[in-house]
Amino acid sequence: MSEEKKTNRRDFIFTASYALGAVGVGAAVWPLVDQMNPDASVKALASTEVDISGVEVGQSITVLWRGKPVFIRRRTSEEIAKAKDVKIDDLPHPETDEDRAKNPEWLVMLGVCTHLGCVPLGDKGEYGGWFCPCHGSHYDTSGRIRKGPAPTNMEVPKYEFVDSNTIKIG
Amino acid sequence: MSDHNYTPKSKFGKWFNDRLPLLSLANHLTDYPTPKNLNYWWTFGGILTFCLITQIVTGLILAMHYIAHADLAFESVEHIMRNVNYGWLIRYVHANGASMFFLAVYIHIFRSLYYGSYKSPREIIWILGMIIYILMMAAAFMGYVLPWGQMSFWGATVITNLFSAIPLVGESIVTWLWGGYSVDNPTLTRFFSLHYLIPFLILGLVVLHIWALHVPGNNNPIGIDLKKPSNDTVPFHPYIVVKDLFALLLFLIVFAFFVFYSPNILGHADNYIEANPLVTPAHIVPEWYLLPFYAILRSVPDKLLGVVAMFAAIFVLVILPWLDTSKVRSAIFRPLYKQFYWFLVADVLILGYVGAMPAEGLYLLVARIATAYYFLHFLVILPVLGLKEKTLEVPLSLTEPVLGGSPNEAMARSKKEIS
Repeated sequence: MSEEKKTNRRDFIFTASYALGAVGVGAAVWPLVDQMNPDASVKALASTEVDISGVEVGQSITVLWRGKPVFIRRRTSEEIAKAKDVKIDDLPHPETDEDRAKNPEWLVMLGVCTHLGCVPLGDKGEYGGWFCPCHGSHYDTSGRIRKGPAPTNMEVPKYEFVDSNTIKIG
Repeated sequence: MSDHNYTPKSKFGKWFNDRLPLLSLANHLTDYPTPKNLNYWWTFGGILTFCLITQIVTGLILAMHYIAHADLAFESVEHIMRNVNYGWLIRYVHANGASMFFLAVYIHIFRSLYYGSYKSPREIIWILGMIIYILMMAAAFMGYVLPWGQMSFWGATVITNLFSAIPLVGESIVTWLWGGYSVDNPTLTRFFSLHYLIPFLILGLVVLHIWALHVPGNNNPIGIDLKKPSNDTVPFHPYIVVKDLFALLLFLIVFAFFVFYSPNILGHADNYIEANPLVTPAHIVPEWYLLPFYAILRSVPDKLLGVVAMFAAIFVLVILPWLDTSKVRSAIFRPLYKQFYWFLVADVLILGYVGAMPAEGLYLLVARIATAYYFLHFLVILPVLGLKEKTLEVPLSLTEPVLGGSPNEAMARSKKEIS
């Protein structure tokens, strides 16, 4: 046997077999992993329409969209003013109120705390918006994080006004 | 395993044993030389085996009556409680059995910490034990989700959301874990499947844990290596078997107290309300056995770092054999370690207490100090202490402190005969 470390045909065949084997195992394992992702029936429930004709100024409703609560709040003028009045530099996650509520009277957002997914309580907290009871995150009247462990503002989902009384979420 | 010159007496036994040495194994387990000074803290291995079997048997039965579906799970649990013959008993044994399992495992772990059982040559036993412990937490968490009450649902939401702290891929991982955009039926069914699987993984690991234990043999309160078999050891059967059984009986009194007199005291009333994705309970708390880690999670104000700290708290335990630099095993001969050991016990109990309290004001401050001390203990005190501490003189054998002098057995024996 020679001591030389020369790449020969056998080394090439070994490497090629391992590589092909790895690709084969990967291809066989992927369906076993991917089956856990959202299935077709879950994805099919992508949008929901909400009638908002009964919501008075200062009231909120909570609707379920994709298994998650969505807050729809008809804000008072003080709340809107308070939300617009904040200096953008004071925000941990800077977003203007105009970007979050296209129609300033209506704030639509996922009622899910961005820390660990609890549902925050309305009309609570140090900033007059929402307060998450689980780990103490405070949100303002625009649903922006102001204090506590949550890293980002409450998420605004894709939505549109179908007519003046109906919102389509998703 | 070890020294086998064992031959079965019967002809059939010999024939069988030559083909599958089960009788040799039984003989090994019976004669297995055990330190004669093992105290009652060493009976928890047997108690834990009992707990595991109890959980598997009761769980198997509950699975015959339980329905893993978001619309039916809650009612099927009530059906077990009200309609199934002895269903209330089997469910209460299973639910409280989880708590008893953790009670026993914490005593078992702290026994190991006190007597240095994790040190060379028992590192693999320790690591296997830690993997078992982590699997136990996973099994307990998923089991708690199955009744689909409010605490089930929101506990599942909070714990799975921990993974959303991972940068970039966090959200995709959480969606993958859920099988949807929130905790829902697909989450429940996969948790049920995994909850059924994990105990059998634990069972396999327990076999490895005991196998690895039988290579060097048991540690003992003095923490020295023993000559086996010798004057310092007794056969496992009947000596240790009987002691383990007696300890198990005492343990069962505590177990039965919880099952029959306060079956719900370790749970939360909120879990008798069916899961509601629109309302989070005012005060979310995990089961008592996870509270110290929960306190560590909440004591860090940053989401990612909080999650990292929580997992690090478990990881420092896994690498403990290399953090503790002291060659002396037992705390009996380590006057300073003995004190720090009790500080750690107190620290973990404090973490458990503040973990159950709201994360604000004084509680939060205490949680932060206790979290810092927890890591200080493992990452600074233990490595430094092993190098600096002046340890007491360790005897050469178990009989030496009594009989004096020599590690030589024959001499020790002759002294005994003289006296």
